[in-house]
Amino acid sequence: MKFSLGPNLFFWPKTDVEQFYQQAKTSSADIIYLGETVCSKRRELRAKDWLGLGRELAQDTNKQIVMSTMTLLESPAEIVTLKKLCDNGDLLVEANDLSAVQIMHDLAMPFVAGPAINCYNLSTLKVLIKQGMTRWLMPVELSGDWLKTILAQAVDENIRDKFECEVFSWGYLPLAYSARCFTARSEDRAKDDCQYCCINYPQGRKMNSREGEQVFVLNGIQTMSAYQYNLINEVAQLNDMGVDILRISADSEKAFTQLDKFKTQLSTPTKHTLATDKECNGFWHQIAGMSVA
Amino acid sequence: MELLCPAGNLPALKTAIDNGADAVYIGLKDDTNARHFAGLNFNDGKLAKGADYVHERGKKLHVAINTFAHANGEERWKKAVDNAVAIGTDALIIADLGVLDYAANKYPDVERHVSVQASTTNLEAIKFFKNNFDVNRVVLPRVLSVQQVRQLAKNSPVPLEVFAFGSLCIMAEGRCYLSSYMTGESPNTVGACSPAKYVRWQETEQGLESRLNDVLIDRYQEDENAGYPTLCKGRFDVDGDVYHALEEPTSLNTLELIPELMAMGIVSVKIEGRQRSPAYVEQVAKTWRMAIDRCKQSAGDFQVDGAWMKTLANLSEGSQTTLGAYHRKWQ
Repeated sequence: MKFSLGPNLFFWPKTDVEQFYQQAKTSSADIIYLGETVCSKRRELRAKDWLGLGRELAQDTNKQIVMSTMTLLESPAEIVTLKKLCDNGDLLVEANDLSAVQIMHDLAMPFVAGPAINCYNLSTLKVLIKQGMTRWLMPVELSGDWLKTILAQAVDENIRDKFECEVFSWGYLPLAYSARCFTARSEDRAKDDCQYCCINYPQGRKMNSREGEQVFVLNGIQTMSAYQYNLINEVAQLNDMGVDILRISADSEKAFTQLDKFKTQLSTPTKHTLATDKECNGFWHQIAGMSVA
Repeated sequence: MELLCPAGNLPALKTAIDNGADAVYIGLKDDTNARHFAGLNFNDGKLAKGADYVHERGKKLHVAINTFAHANGEERWKKAVDNAVAIGTDALIIADLGVLDYAANKYPDVERHVSVQASTTNLEAIKFFKNNFDVNRVVLPRVLSVQQVRQLAKNSPVPLEVFAFGSLCIMAEGRCYLSSYMTGESPNTVGACSPAKYVRWQETEQGLESRLNDVLIDRYQEDENAGYPTLCKGRFDVDGDVYHALEEPTSLNTLELIPELMAMGIVSVKIEGRQRSPAYVEQVAKTWRMAIDRCKQSAGDFQVDGAWMKTLANLSEGSQTTLGAYHRKWQ
């Protein structure tokens, strides 16, 4: 089983991003995903900077480097950037929208289907494999049983060797995407006048109920879980199911500690107690996502 | 430009047709559609009756099979396609790639429309659906501005349908797990957002409270109108500021865009609300019919009638309407 560092979903200053990926070089991640997946207005690093950083990581480490792409693409300019990232020549690409799937298919290049591609069943998986998908990350709202069913069907149909299976295992869950920027709204501004305010919230803005219960995190046009998803207690089960890769989201430098913890958990399983006011694992157990089973 | 109206049952379907709809869209009585609510939708008998009623009057029927097929229940979605085709549906509205694949292979002659739940927001994604499933129409999510819709309409190899009126999803449809995060059930998996069985109302000293699976969604003072606790339309606390952090209770209304949508070549305007009453369908269908007909007569001096707006506002959440994402300022 391998461990990946997912793309950072927040908006950080360029120097912070660079510093983060310097650390990532020596982290225990086997695979590093990087790139902007949330908002095309976030230009501390432009496509060429992300690609440059990706190539530097590929050169300096033995890790597999994957360029993650945008999820909600609305303008022709965004498609132009997407094409640049897809047609990069050497690095693997994570498609987070069917536009990227179409482009990768046109290029006859393999790709990873990211968590925002709606693949809920074997028939869809087969469609994506036909397009060139070689790795699949299921939608985060799906459960362990759901995944187990699909993987068993893939074995039955003799296609399990056609793709690797990756599971989002730790971090704030990406839950929704909108035309509206909620961070700009929280500062009483429209998206066209956002002043790139996401950069002031390196962990997004917490949105609580009026009773103080943490509900969501506002991250620009993305809404995330307020609790960090944590499948540490499910590592053995994931391994037994034949999941190939566990993804640790690059929420902060804590991701590096989590990578180590997850790796240790695989070799030396320990029962961890999750903090119900900070962590959750409900989706995996097919109950409310924000709860702990 | 087709006027496409919702129908949650046979009386609503008849009302829609009688009041000017060119086509109606409906769902089956299970979790294969995105309005899977108790007491709503069509069993096989009603489905056939509905199809007859529509076809006898020279109108069209679309069947929405627009949730994502469950890993252990794909057959249910395929059977839904079979049933819809058997009663002679004019179009299938589908979101799931596997279901689209099935429909395209088995019933190449039955129109396939890409559901709004498939989140198709750009030209390359439209090409994906055209190339792989030879789709006849794409329904655009409610996340695009008018300029973006115009750009797509100009270049799309597939005719486009847009949402014109009704409850407003503020997230890209099909890409929202807020409901399952809070309750375990989402539009994608069970065909319902903020399901009614998780809703609880409670009078307290601080006011009337609405909860979804115990999470406080909103609290109303005596002079405030309480609305259904759709979780994205409640009031929340962001660093001490309590406000509608995601969206106010409001509905989409694009009457004023009719001439533009027509000029762009949008083939169909869709009214949301399969969960609403025949009375709602009657008012909305009638109003939109009048507006579209007036615009067809003379697009140049089309003006929105104040009475139309008033009728539609009365049918809207919080009695207010918005242009939503079509208007960039909303974003």
